[in-house]
Amino acid sequence: MPDLFNNIGFPWLSVLIFSPLVALTVLLLLPGARAQRWWTLFFTTGEFAVSLLLYPQFNPQTAAYQFVEQHAWIAPWKIHYTVGVDGISLWLVLLTTLVMPLCVLASWTYIQTRLKEFLAALLLMETAMLGVFCALDFVLFFVFWEAMLIPMALIIGVWGGPRRIYAALKFFVYTMAGSVFLLVAIIALFLQAGTFHIPDLMGREYPMNVQFWVFLAFFISFAIKVPMFPFHTWLPAAHVEAPTAGSVLLASILLKMGGYGFVRLSLPITPQAAQLFAPAIQWLSVIAIIYGGLAALAQTDMKKLVAYSSVAHMGFVTLGIFTFTSGGLEGAMLQMINHGITTGALFICVGLLYERLHTREMNAAAGVGKFMPVFITAFGVFALSSMAFPGTNSFIGEFLVLASTFASVPMVAVAAVPGVIIAAAYLLRLLQRLAWGGTCNPDHAGIKDLSWHEIAALLPLFMLVFWLGLKPGSFVEAMRPSLLNLLQQVQSAAKL
Amino acid sequence: MPELLLLTGALALFFVTLGERRSLLARRVALGTALATIAACVLALPAESILFDGAYRVDGFSQILKLFLALGLFLALLTAGGLRDIPADFRPEFYLFTVLGGFGLVTLVSCVDVLTLVVALQMASFPLYLLVPLRREREGQRAQMESAAKYIMFGIAANGIMLFGLSYLYGLTGATALPALMHKLRPVAESPLALAGLALTCCGLFYKLAVFPFHFWTPDVYQGSSNESAAIIASLPKLGAVAVLARLTALASPDNPRFALLLAVLAAASMFYGNLAALVQTDLKRLLGFSGIAHAGYTVVGLVALDRDGRAAALYYLFAYLFMTLACFTVVCRVSYEGRNVAMSELAGLHRRSPLLAWTLLAGVFGLAGVPPLAGFIGKLALLKAALAQGWLWLLVLAVLNSAIAVYYYLLLIREAFFRDATPEAPVLELDAATRWLCWLLVVLILALGLFPGRIIALLGMVV
Repeated sequence: MPDLFNNIGFPWLSVLIFSPLVALTVLLLLPGARAQRWWTLFFTTGEFAVSLLLYPQFNPQTAAYQFVEQHAWIAPWKIHYTVGVDGISLWLVLLTTLVMPLCVLASWTYIQTRLKEFLAALLLMETAMLGVFCALDFVLFFVFWEAMLIPMALIIGVWGGPRRIYAALKFFVYTMAGSVFLLVAIIALFLQAGTFHIPDLMGREYPMNVQFWVFLAFFISFAIKVPMFPFHTWLPAAHVEAPTAGSVLLASILLKMGGYGFVRLSLPITPQAAQLFAPAIQWLSVIAIIYGGLAALAQTDMKKLVAYSSVAHMGFVTLGIFTFTSGGLEGAMLQMINHGITTGALFICVGLLYERLHTREMNAAAGVGKFMPVFITAFGVFALSSMAFPGTNSFIGEFLVLASTFASVPMVAVAAVPGVIIAAAYLLRLLQRLAWGGTCNPDHAGIKDLSWHEIAALLPLFMLVFWLGLKPGSFVEAMRPSLLNLLQQVQSAAKL
Repeated sequence: MPELLLLTGALALFFVTLGERRSLLARRVALGTALATIAACVLALPAESILFDGAYRVDGFSQILKLFLALGLFLALLTAGGLRDIPADFRPEFYLFTVLGGFGLVTLVSCVDVLTLVVALQMASFPLYLLVPLRREREGQRAQMESAAKYIMFGIAANGIMLFGLSYLYGLTGATALPALMHKLRPVAESPLALAGLALTCCGLFYKLAVFPFHFWTPDVYQGSSNESAAIIASLPKLGAVAVLARLTALASPDNPRFALLLAVLAAASMFYGNLAALVQTDLKRLLGFSGIAHAGYTVVGLVALDRDGRAAALYYLFAYLFMTLACFTVVCRVSYEGRNVAMSELAGLHRRSPLLAWTLLAGVFGLAGVPPLAGFIGKLALLKAALAQGWLWLLVLAVLNSAIAVYYYLLLIREAFFRDATPEAPVLELDAATRWLCWLLVVLILALGLFPGRIIALLGMVV
């Protein structure tokens, strides 16, 4: 499909993907924790700035892949190094580069041991995550997809909480088990189509029995990553035990990969099977929304609460994707970005409270708002955003998803709505405790408000909450052609 | 050339063993021989000729295997390091037997006549049998003797079965040269006699590769022999075995479903047995032994396809396996306290005691688990692709399930090395320069085979 390719010459994406490895080499040579911290912060901020340069050069009028690069890699098997972004992946690339410096800031004082290795793991993660969102060759995609596992498992297992080893093993085993099915699907598609090139694979029609099995294999892999009910059990353990930066990476980027996989691969490659399974997946999403909400409501550990709320929020994403409407897809994509911003911010907030109080129990933190006005303001905004308060970013995403679901499958939408109310309940309860609960707690007397690096970590997210909430148009417009193109593919397959 | 060099090296080592017991000299001679052989293999890569009345063929296939065998020999010798677990008296012999075994393997891959094949297989086997009992004796422990007996007895039995199978094939075709045998066997390849002949012939090689049900020596021999010997037994002979298996399976015509089914069943049984048994191991070498059985199963998955791609995949996988196993054994040899066997718990806190060793272990273990971008991933991809292309969906699903099972016990090793703290009495591990180089080399090789496999895959695709 040459018309879907738009190469502008300079290898922007390769620079973005591989420069963290160069930074990693420099990092390994740097002595002293201070230099290492500053270098990583400097580099990741620079990387974000470079990634922002993509935006003005990106043509939002077309569904074409842009900034495409293609080189032979494993020639005998027709595996190429092909990267490119479209309206769907561009935002996820930007989200990734945005989150990285915030992760460095969130670990500024949190990580005291083996700092160099921790920062190295973060940089490795950046390469792998950007690679996943840019890869247009299936093997390349899989390589990046799996390459994330090792640094992430190390981040959880080495710098995590008391049950970190259990959580790291569980995370690794679950995702690896899912990935092997993805590998089978990749090979099966190659044998059908004779190529690993993802845009080529999308342009073909496959017999229903092939679609059926390939979709199932995709589904297992992506559903574990999202994670969808009932594949979610690794998530609370991983989130709770991971250090703050790990939780942020998990929530903001890694979970998005499941949704991205559905949008990028499942829908266009196996459209008929996707429609066959859609009702079941819609109901699973509803279960995730309700179950995640109720589970969050039952938590007293703040990190667990946010982790379970992720299950619910990601339920909206899968619900939106499988409504097969433009509104649903746009809502799901926005919700992915919103969840990345909001939940990432909430994890940073919980992390910095933990640094001060050495506990994540909600009751122990009751009333800290009195001593930390800046913190509680930010936290309040993020909590309101998380419950999809109008004017904040999550509102528009959830609204689009629910409205589209109402239009296409009203029963499912009706069943999902209580999820919104439950979210309001657990988040308001948390906000109420932190802001006004236990006002006479003497332990909190010496507690300090946010430091410069904590403010720096939260401020960009704070601004994005309102920017996306009040002016989502610019985001939606850039992704619309790609999503419409995708929808067209699915709908034309349905008519066959 | 490589053969002559190895033979010269072996002779030189023989003289070293005769004189004063100078193990350092023996080590240098052995390493020098291996290095020179690598250079010779590189130079001889494009060589093609047929020697000894058509019984010995030098072609692309044999030359690329020789290169990897020579590289493997060099790395295995480095992995063995200072031979801490082998009595000083026997150290020169260790090098002699290893180089002799290497010579046997290098000749094995060039043999295209049944008779030379059998002779070369013996040449490759006997020196390795002798490596097993070379271990420092400990009070109340004679495990090495028991292991050696097991290895030799089963080895000889497997050889006998192989000869028996070859006699069937000879009886059917009247030919001993493999190309003639292949040609004459084709019309009758489906007959029970031919199948039995082929299957029995493969037994000898399955034994070397440790495919179920010819596997039972593996964990015991690994456990009983010294760490250094185990490193060699676990790596090099398997490559030789797969090379000959690739030549032999080319004998079976591509549409020989019964033979393919037989291989498929063996592959599935090996994978399940190896992986399930490995789950409960605590001795590191035993664990690697069982994982070796599982990997033999994966390798056979490639051979099941009975086509060019499948054979190339099996060989590629074994190249990767060679480096990944040596990486694991390097860790075993260095962590081992006075040459004793290493329990999994002794890896605790390895990342602090020696970060380089811990990262080498990580590369080896995740490579074996098939995590990209390491070599094992591309190897597995090649195997699965070849099997699925021939319609072996059920086998592919079983292989995938097994990969998922295997991840668990590999992770246990990583858990010990990276996530657990060392016990206070565990010593800090000081690595000598050679070991540091070896570690870097292995990690780079594992990464390079995973990231840039194109050339080798293209080469293998042409020559198998």
